[in-house]
Amino acid sequence: MMLSLSSSPHLKRQRNTGQVMRLVMYAAIPGLIAQTWFFGFGALVHFAVAAATCIATEALIVELRKRDVERTIKDSSALLTALLLAVSIPPYAPWWLTVIGSVFAIAIVKQLYGGLGNNPFNPAMAAYVMLLISFPVQMTNWAPVASLSQYEESALDSASIVFTGYNVEGYSIEQLRSDVDGHTMATPLDHLKTALTTGETSEEALQAPIYSNGLGQGWFWINMAYLFGGLLLLRLKVINWHIPVGVIVGTFAISGFFHLIDGSVYASPLFHLFSGGLMFGAFFIATDPVSASTTDKGRLLFGAGIGLWIYIIRTWGGYPDAVAFAVLIMNMGVPLIDYYTRPRTYGHRSEHKSAIKRAEDRD
Amino acid sequence: MNEYQELTWQGLWKNNPALVQLLGLCPLLAVTATVVNGLGLGIATTLVLIGSNCTVSLVRNWVPKEIRIPIFVMVIAAFVTIVQLLMNAFTFKLYEALGIFIPLIVTNCAIIGRAEAYASKNPVKFAAFDGVMMGVGFTLVLMILGAMRELLGYGTLFSGAELLLGDWATVLKITVFETDSQFLLAILPPGAFLGMGLLIALKNALNDRVEAMVVKPQEGKVVTRARVTGDTAADS
Repeated sequence: MMLSLSSSPHLKRQRNTGQVMRLVMYAAIPGLIAQTWFFGFGALVHFAVAAATCIATEALIVELRKRDVERTIKDSSALLTALLLAVSIPPYAPWWLTVIGSVFAIAIVKQLYGGLGNNPFNPAMAAYVMLLISFPVQMTNWAPVASLSQYEESALDSASIVFTGYNVEGYSIEQLRSDVDGHTMATPLDHLKTALTTGETSEEALQAPIYSNGLGQGWFWINMAYLFGGLLLLRLKVINWHIPVGVIVGTFAISGFFHLIDGSVYASPLFHLFSGGLMFGAFFIATDPVSASTTDKGRLLFGAGIGLWIYIIRTWGGYPDAVAFAVLIMNMGVPLIDYYTRPRTYGHRSEHKSAIKRAEDRD
Repeated sequence: MNEYQELTWQGLWKNNPALVQLLGLCPLLAVTATVVNGLGLGIATTLVLIGSNCTVSLVRNWVPKEIRIPIFVMVIAAFVTIVQLLMNAFTFKLYEALGIFIPLIVTNCAIIGRAEAYASKNPVKFAAFDGVMMGVGFTLVLMILGAMRELLGYGTLFSGAELLLGDWATVLKITVFETDSQFLLAILPPGAFLGMGLLIALKNALNDRVEAMVVKPQEGKVVTRARVTGDTAADS
């Protein structure tokens, strides 16, 4: 059965869920290309694994629940979850990690709550957090940026690393991750965090070879690519501006504040905005229509809260990046945010104003 | 169904303290990382439950209604102390593994719940049997949950059985699969919550199925409606 939405004539576009989900995926292509360029084909391999697992799990569970399998698969939401998860997982992570994550995302986080539209948490991010706390070693296997890596990596190498742990020539992940001197290369956020604990200032830490001009090599361009994709989504009116702006302004405000207080400890706002998964999180993850806030004011608050939490956990928490944690924490707050930011119904006064009016009438 | 059968049915299935009453969740979620831990705490709880049920039932006619709760708690605390000292003496390793959760049996609501709801109103033989069945029902859930988490987390079953049963019990350990990277989520508290939720769901699903088999669908009255719109209009 196909429910067709009929809208008033002033709404130009009619998109069904599947079209929206696919548009989001197309918009992620620039970022995906950038990620492949800098970190090898790992993300694509993981996407293939995740897509197969997500769709199979979704079909199985929907079949068990005696719902329409074809219609559920065609809305592409499982595919989008697979993409979001695959992009977040380190490119050198083993394949079974993606399989466990995908099954968890679809079966536990999405379908147990009643399927698309009923899940209080973002499935991809909940699965990511589950993997991160369950398999901390594998989940930090980030590849070095291609320009710093000692080894050339082909698509075959990436697939071989994901499925066997060794590349085609037989180098292990540990060897691939180390630089010429044999040090394991950390991600920019990770490096900064460790360097600060050893007494370096943030300016000194940012001189390391994995940075260029104070920004993480490769990561800057990946974030730019996702920003571009996100702006495309805004242009196509697939998402509203409130959440991404909330996230970016929230992160910028708090990181700017602390950078001004003590620039030697707290990295610049620019570094935070273009590190890790921030742009990806702001435009592609936080904007999930199911688990995000649904009012305009609420969306701004929701986004700002995510930005705040990202900075707090990055700076003082135990993990180098925090997009997933921040999104989950704010997902929990969504019912409360929605409750307090209900928009005024047309023709009615706002609650606040009518309270004042009542008080005046009494006098 | 006589009283004993009824008590068995209630304790093990219909009114299971862990799956239906949802009492004693704190130890249930905290110590069930392995089967043996679950079994150890389950046995300890069962012993306390039997002792407290018997005692409460014996003194039920002399305890003033107004102060019954403090008295029940003191009775339970006395038995918990006995069990704790016994475990300290005979199963020291397990005593250390379970740690604070042995003294915390005092606060297990399943125990005071049975004292208040059943033992204080019934003769001692039924109260004792109720204690056994509730305890066994609780222990079974602890063990099943422990098995789920141990299997997922470590890939083994009954590891550490020697803590409870003596040195010969090391042979009981079954290694289902070898793993280099443990599935930490299953071992950590969130895994306990997820496992518990899945167990309750499974129990409810089985319940529906059993009830559908046992209870014959009643012949309801067939309500016939005269159709006043649609087809009749098309005919004319």
